[in-house]
Amino acid sequence: MHTPASHDELTATFDWKVAERELGYQPGRPINIGWMCSDRICQLGMGSKLALGWEDYLGNQKKFTYDDIRILSNTIARFLSGLGLRVGQRVCLFLDRVPELYIGFLGILKTGAVAQPLFSAFGEESLRVRLADAGTSAIITQKKHLYKVRKIRERLPNLEHIIVIDADTASLQEREIAFAMEQAPLAEQFSVYPTMAESPSVLHYTSGTTGQPKGAQHVHYSIISQYLTAKWVLDLRPEDIYWCNADPGWVTGTSYGIIGPWANGITQVVLDCGFNAKRWYEFIAAHRVTVWYSAPTAIRLLMKEGAEIAREHDLSNLRHLASVGEPLNPEAVLWSQEVFGKPFHDTFWQTETGCIVITNLPGMPIKPGSMGKPFPGITATVLDPKTYVPVNRAGVAGLIALRPGWPSQVRAYWNNETGFRAKFKNGWYLCGDRASIDPDGYFWFMGRDDDVINTGGHLIGPFEIESALLGCPGVAESAAVAKPDPVNMEVVKAFVTLKRGFQASDELELQIMNNIRMRLSPLAMPQEIEFVDTLPKTRSGKIVRRILRCKEFNEPVGDLSTIMED
Amino acid sequence: MNEISKVVREYIIREYVPEGDDREITETTPLISSGLVDSFSMVSLLRFLEKKYAIHIPDADATPEAFDTIERIVTLVRRFQKAEVGSV
Repeated sequence: MHTPASHDELTATFDWKVAERELGYQPGRPINIGWMCSDRICQLGMGSKLALGWEDYLGNQKKFTYDDIRILSNTIARFLSGLGLRVGQRVCLFLDRVPELYIGFLGILKTGAVAQPLFSAFGEESLRVRLADAGTSAIITQKKHLYKVRKIRERLPNLEHIIVIDADTASLQEREIAFAMEQAPLAEQFSVYPTMAESPSVLHYTSGTTGQPKGAQHVHYSIISQYLTAKWVLDLRPEDIYWCNADPGWVTGTSYGIIGPWANGITQVVLDCGFNAKRWYEFIAAHRVTVWYSAPTAIRLLMKEGAEIAREHDLSNLRHLASVGEPLNPEAVLWSQEVFGKPFHDTFWQTETGCIVITNLPGMPIKPGSMGKPFPGITATVLDPKTYVPVNRAGVAGLIALRPGWPSQVRAYWNNETGFRAKFKNGWYLCGDRASIDPDGYFWFMGRDDDVINTGGHLIGPFEIESALLGCPGVAESAAVAKPDPVNMEVVKAFVTLKRGFQASDELELQIMNNIRMRLSPLAMPQEIEFVDTLPKTRSGKIVRRILRCKEFNEPVGDLSTIMED
Repeated sequence: MNEISKVVREYIIREYVPEGDDREITETTPLISSGLVDSFSMVSLLRFLEKKYAIHIPDADATPEAFDTIERIVTLVRRFQKAEVGSV
């Protein structure tokens, strides 16, 4: 669709107003993502078009047209309003990939409340930290996750309503309410709250090096970039059947698993199923998926299962493939070319950017291993890490930085202005990653610029893991760092010193691993624990993770003199 | 149900099945594809099997497919038990 020349032309003449026009948005007038993704599509005459084809691992299926999601999101919105929820209050979605998650997201936004999706595999401690920080008023969950909420509810004074989508009233306790979306009286009409461009919409939690996770606050105007990047980068066309692997507990799952495709009036399909190569290929074949947005970890798992299993299925409808979450290694690009007859197009972005910012547009020559070029409308560069001035020399590494001002840029970190301000230097937003730019303008990822661990495309903060490790039996001190991994790019490794009276053993290691998995999440679980006598520290006693990380990556530690004096 | 099946089943119920979840876990219940055990959690299950049965399962064999049911896990464990014996 796009040629290299057209990328340059698009960049030269680009204006986000093209998306405003296509979405019918007039500056200064209300804009509501919930309405834009459902009612607007129906008004365009596509009410009977399939919006969501859903399937679970058992093969159960459900189908929802755009008119269905309009009415059902109205129904949820009316229910939430009936509870007395007010504009701007946070409503958490703590659900597996069930239809209520996707439709509920729109319903929350229609009321003017803020949607706070959280990954349903989070353990109670990860959940508590995020709900407490956001002062969340209501949580929508399902029976299987209710026990986690019950464990922490007494420590969450703001949590007024616990809404359970699949429970009988009789089995529920105080403050818990049963709400079955498809059994509820339908709301044909709902007066959508007239949110404005800068009204808060979504609160996604992301991790940093220090402190607990930060709530990245997005606004309704973000749909402008999510709509256009979904259309141009994912090359979505009216006849497409689109599948995004990502869970809406993470930003990809909302920006491109809900908002992007539905703002474009696209049919999307969802598979609520863990990784299973055969099942995934069957799903693509059965639904005739044409555009697939996946992740390097998933692609590498598919590679591990072999090409033969892919060839047993009719995947000929696949037209465009894209990937996000971590750098796509050249082998994965070449493998997909060989197996699917087309390459995966790498895309780079993060929770704070809200939309794809560096990418391989369809038709652009792909350099396997490269992140691609900035999306038109995004000014990206790499900065000198000391001066924060653009490097401006091909091949020289620096900090990936973006000129602020694109529509879906994060507006704040919830309750954390200092952390938010620290993300900006010299008029640039710092992504926290390092890269170089080649003479053709392609970006080449080099790694994180901090201690955050990118595992399977998810950013995990070491502080949260270390805090949890200290709650494990026998643990005196701990440091969590990244360790290279052939499938997940990085996994968590913990270095632990033990309290007097405890002995290092395989059993203790397994006990600690399971403890972290249940309290935080499987992603945060150290895949390896090394018991050590001491941890490297600065003179003031701060643990120096960098030394441990470099050891894992077999990299030189470099000059530590200033760090050790800290 | 054989001895290895029983041990693995008990471990999965104890460590992975949420409190209050009364679903039945049989030898053919999907573990990975049902989302009960994800590819990250699989590592602690792998570590448990290696320790319990004094075997080493190489990464190439520790695939989500091979861990998707108790039945398949038992097959995998037996295969590497034989390999360990054969290597003595």
